[in-house]
Amino acid sequence: MADQATAIRNAPLAGLRGGSPAAILTPAAPASRISLRAAPDAVAALSAALGVTLPTRPKTSASSGKRHALWLGPDEWLVIDEDGKDLMAAAASSGVMHSAVDISHRNTAVIVSGPGAEVAVNSGCPQDLSLAIFPVGACSRTILGKAEIVLFRTAEDTFRVECWRSFSPFVFGLLSEGAEDAGH
Amino acid sequence: MLLIYCPYCEEERSELEFRNAGDAHIARPTNIAEISDEEFEAYFFLRDNPKGVIFERWRHIHGCGRFFNAARDTVSDRFVTTYKAGEPKPDLDAEPKTSAQVETYEALEGAAQ
Ligand SMILES: [Zn+2]
Repeated sequence: MADQATAIRNAPLAGLRGGSPAAILTPAAPASRISLRAAPDAVAALSAALGVTLPTRPKTSASSGKRHALWLGPDEWLVIDEDGKDLMAAAASSGVMHSAVDISHRNTAVIVSGPGAEVAVNSGCPQDLSLAIFPVGACSRTILGKAEIVLFRTAEDTFRVECWRSFSPFVFGLLSEGAEDAGH
Repeated sequence: MLLIYCPYCEEERSELEFRNAGDAHIARPTNIAEISDEEFEAYFFLRDNPKGVIFERWRHIHGCGRFFNAARDTVSDRFVTTYKAGEPKPDLDAEPKTSAQVETYEALEGAAQ
């Protein structure tokens, strides 16, 4: 009789550390995430069900504790719960028409932190990341080199770089190069 | 780097976030099975390819994901204006919505030969 195989889930970027004194790179802890689409008349009920007000202005986010709602488009949000709570169930309890897809394991994230964080991200991202244009709490889907990312500024010197897990070695590598350059 | 004003994100973004999606304001036939081959050819294949201002669909694919329309000069690559999908063709003699002038080769170096 064959031995039972045991599936082990490997976190992308597990154990990786990188960056420079100017910009430290840390793989983000596992989190639950949903890709949420909804019409304007469903926003209030979804906000109440998720416990975080879905932002309706471009490039803005809203946070409630460890739960974050990031505006991606006029009817599209990325909702992240760093405590791993069940966002699908929360959205479903809204009782209003919406589309939610669990992307907890499609995405992973790199935290870029330090005085050179802005320079490190800008090494591959064309957006203006000055504090006046991209303040704390700002977020945007954009690109980093060849990979699409969702960029979220969580502090003046800290960015959360969300990317698809298959792109994460590329994203981590490019950010490492940028972090090196940020130190000079 | 070319900057394109996204009417949904309400700011200029790098061209790297966008993708061209062909001519704008092409009306899809209401009953495509009824039209003649010539009418289908005109709808599906034939485009003007003007030298000068062209109305195009663009998609902010690595941003908000939305399709929108743009009036672009095919000689200078300058975006005259951009506007949301579904809005009528704008009057180009009116004030352009795009906030900044895009530097073009012609503006810096004179007309291309
Ligand atoms: Zn946009």
